[in-house]
Amino acid sequence: MIELYILLALMIVGALAAVEMKNLLSAVIAVGVVGLGLSIVFLLLKAPDIALTQLVVEIVAVIILIRATLNMKNADDWLGPRPLGAVMGAVFMALTVWMGIVVFRSLPSFGNPLMLVSQRYLENSAADTGAANVVAAIILDYRAYDTLGEATVLFTAVVGVLTVMRRKGVKSHGDPQ
Amino acid sequence: MAIHSDEGGMTLVVKTVTRLTVGLIFLYGVYIVLNGHLSPGGGFAGGVIIALSFMNLVLAFGGKKAVEIVKKNAVTAMESIGAILFLGIALLGFTEGGFFRSFLSQGETFKLISGGTIPLSNIAICIKVGAGLFGIFLTLMVLMGSERKEK
Amino acid sequence: MIHAWLPYVLCALLFSVGVYAVLSKKNLIKIIMGIIIAEYAVNLFLILLCWRKDGEAPILHPGAVGQVMVDPLPQALVLTSIVIGLATTAFLVAIAMRLHDRYGTYDITRIRELRG
Repeated sequence: MIELYILLALMIVGALAAVEMKNLLSAVIAVGVVGLGLSIVFLLLKAPDIALTQLVVEIVAVIILIRATLNMKNADDWLGPRPLGAVMGAVFMALTVWMGIVVFRSLPSFGNPLMLVSQRYLENSAADTGAANVVAAIILDYRAYDTLGEATVLFTAVVGVLTVMRRKGVKSHGDPQ
Repeated sequence: MAIHSDEGGMTLVVKTVTRLTVGLIFLYGVYIVLNGHLSPGGGFAGGVIIALSFMNLVLAFGGKKAVEIVKKNAVTAMESIGAILFLGIALLGFTEGGFFRSFLSQGETFKLISGGTIPLSNIAICIKVGAGLFGIFLTLMVLMGSERKEK
Repeated sequence: MIHAWLPYVLCALLFSVGVYAVLSKKNLIKIIMGIIIAEYAVNLFLILLCWRKDGEAPILHPGAVGQVMVDPLPQALVLTSIVIGLATTAFLVAIAMRLHDRYGTYDITRIRELRG
């Protein structure tokens, strides 16, 4: 699995570049690199459904971010650093990686998952639901409540965006509250 | 840079290529949704691809023309239709035995018409996700186009 | 051996890069990018949990009975999580654009000062 480690290293370098670059458009392109690398990693981990979804969703995210940064005045990151925040951030990074090394030893090792419920789903999917794609059978037949919850969250987000972007309600009052 | 301008849109080359390829992108999205129970894909990926094909049209031909053709109310109505369809499939399961029970026959595996209510749920999710994302895109891109000229 | 937990630690490193961006940057778009990177890291962690050595993709095809497959359950969870992440990103960007409309800048320290 040497390709997996090379791609993970590329993603970490891309994420650091996205966080530290001054020009916002270049930073958005670096976030795009992280997303595309993630899609290839999903394909290497034998999850083609997820790779397809991650690819198209990441394209939409980059489009929306470019809309927020292109041709906006005062948008570049030329501001000074926050020293207290940078120190807190570095301490958090070190703490997370150290705790990760300690705690992840007790997970099942990489490559041998405990498949207690999934074994039953894999064996009975063709007979119970008649679908060949086991992931689609899980999200739409065995665990359809979660899909209903996701549809609700997406609906709420769309309503939220349409509400925030309204022009009339703010200007007619005259002063902010 | 005339990417988000109010008149026109992009250059002639982009408009010609868009006219030729946007139908193929839409067809690909429909294929992924309909074969969601046989091969990787499903409602989410197909819905986002269909929304991307409409976004391609808006970006290539300019914002004003798109808002003339597609009213914002139509897009939000389509999203509500998708949500109601998904809930309707869930409630119709009451005829079989409970919430979300499958009320169509399972069929034989590996055929296009099989899998109970899974293809219908895929179509409902596709309409909902596609219309929702296109609604977000129209709101962010087109309806805020007038304050950015002072650069 | 080191191969057993190294991918998880790299995933934790990616998550911490995202949280570092949220904690130490002043530009609102950089903060949103930090949240996006942290979400990518969480989805990656869930998919790393379900890889099985010499496993195949969880799609049944004719003639494959009793084949070793990877775990399909975290994949189902991540599928909805990716789309919810997109919805959250779009909402955050809408709020950021609204703030830029009103204050003329993306700097969070100046957004506090200008109105009162």
